[in-house]
Amino acid sequence: MAHNNLNLKLKVWRQKNATTPGAFKTYEVNDISDEMSFLEMLDVLNEKLIVTGDEPIAFDHDCREGICGMCSLYIDGKPHGPWQANTTCQLHMRAFKDGDTITIEPWRANAFPIVKDLTVDRGAFDRIIQAGGYVSVNTGNAVDGNSLPIEKDNADAAFAAAMCIGCGACVAACKNSSAMLFLSAKVSHLALLPQGEPERKSRVLNMVAQMDKEGFGSCTNTGACEAACPKEISIANIARLNKEYLRAGLTAE
Amino acid sequence: MSSKNMFTSSVGKKLVMAFTGIFLILFLIVHAGLNACIWANDEGLMFNKAAHFMGSFVVPRILEVGLFLGIFLHIIQGYLLTLENRSKRAVDYAVNYSKGSKWYSRSMALLGTLLLMFLVMHIYHFWTPSRLGGIGGIKSLTVFDKNGVEYHNLYAEMKLVFENLYVVIVYVLACGSLGYHLAHGFQSAFKTIGIHNKKYHAIISTIGYGFSIFISLVFAMMPISFYFGLVK
Repeated sequence: MAHNNLNLKLKVWRQKNATTPGAFKTYEVNDISDEMSFLEMLDVLNEKLIVTGDEPIAFDHDCREGICGMCSLYIDGKPHGPWQANTTCQLHMRAFKDGDTITIEPWRANAFPIVKDLTVDRGAFDRIIQAGGYVSVNTGNAVDGNSLPIEKDNADAAFAAAMCIGCGACVAACKNSSAMLFLSAKVSHLALLPQGEPERKSRVLNMVAQMDKEGFGSCTNTGACEAACPKEISIANIARLNKEYLRAGLTAE
Repeated sequence: MSSKNMFTSSVGKKLVMAFTGIFLILFLIVHAGLNACIWANDEGLMFNKAAHFMGSFVVPRILEVGLFLGIFLHIIQGYLLTLENRSKRAVDYAVNYSKGSKWYSRSMALLGTLLLMFLVMHIYHFWTPSRLGGIGGIKSLTVFDKNGVEYHNLYAEMKLVFENLYVVIVYVLACGSLGYHLAHGFQSAFKTIGIHNKKYHAIISTIGYGFSIFISLVFAMMPISFYFGLVK
C-alpha cells in the first residue's frame, strides 16, 4: 500500500477556560502519515507546541479504540469527522487530502461547558444516568442462559441501544442541542428488558426531568443525531422514548 | 416520580406540537375536501352549499373555535420552542452540520412563519367576508338559494380574489411552504406520539410524503383553476 504524507493547515478552537472567550488559531502540520489516527496527528502537533514553549491543545481521549466515548471533536462541520459510524480516535488521516484545511471545534452546547480548548464537561450525561439509567435491584451473578426468556427482537433492540457510548455527538450535531438520542438509548435499553420493568415509569419521567434541568434543547426529529452517531443509535429510540414518556405520564400516580 | 409537568417538559412540548399538528392535518383534509366542490362545475352551487353548512351548523362552528385554539397553540408553542432551542447554544459553530438532516426539517419555524403570513391574508380574503361581512376592501357577496334564503357566495369571492395574478402566485408559494412543512411535520408528529415500530413508521412516512405533495397540489390548483378559468 502506498504511504502518503500530508501537509495540513488546522484551524483549532483555543479557549483558556470556561469563562474566557475563545478563538480559532491556525497551525500547520507537515509530513503527517495518512496511517495516523486523527488524535495521533494532534499528538504530533502538541509535541511541536511543547518544544516551542506553547500551550498544547487540550482534547479528550482515553481508549483510542472507539469504545469508551471519551473522544469528541467537531471536525469540518461534523461530530467525529467525515466518516460514518466512527469515533474521532478511529478517524484516520487518509480521510483527508494533502493541503487540506481542517476546522476543529469543541462540542458546542450550553449543557456541555468548555473546560479548555476542545475539552468539554459532559457531566450532564452522568447526572441524567444518575436520575434513573440503572436497575436498582441486585442482580447477583450471571444467571444461566435462557432462564429468563427475552424475545430475540427485544434483546437485539436493547443491545443496539446499549451500544451508546455517551460521547455526546448527538448533542453536538443537533441544531437544538438536544440530548434526546442519548436519553432515548438509555431509556430504551432498560425498557426493553424484564430487569428494567419495575422502574420503567419513574425512570423515563425522572431522566427527562433531569435532561431538562441540565439545559439541553428539545428534540424536533431532524435526524442529525442519528446521522452523526458513531454507534448508529437509531432515531426509532426517540419515538420509543416518547411512547414511554406518554405512557408513564398518563398512568403514573 | 411525577407527571405534573407532562405537557411542559421538553418531551411534553413536543407532544403539544404533535397533537395540534395532527389536528391541523385533519382540518386540511376537511378544508381541501369541501373546497374541491368548486370543481363540480356548477357555478359554485355545491361549494356554496357546503360552505353554508360549515358556517351555519353548530358542530363545525364549535370545531372552528377548537381550530383557532389549535392554530394559536401550535404557533405560540412553535415560536417559544424555537427561541428556547436557539438559546441552548451560546456560541455557534464555524461550520454547520447540514448533511445529517433535511433543510425543511431544520426550517420548520421559517416555513411556519411563511404559512402564518399567508394565513393572515387568507383569513382576510375568505373568513372575514363570510363571518364578519368583510373588512377593508373585501366585501361580503351574497346569493339566494331556491327557497329564496340569502346566503354567502364564497364561490364568487374566490373568483374575485383569484383574478389577481400576484395573489395567485402568493397562494401557490404558500402551498409549497405547506408541502415542505408537512413533509417534516407529518412523520415527525407520529414519531412524537410514539410510533417506533420501523414497519409502521415506514408506512406513515410514505403516507406523509404522499399526503404533503397531494394536499399542496390540491390547494395550489384552486387559485390556478380560477385564474385560468378552468372552473365554470
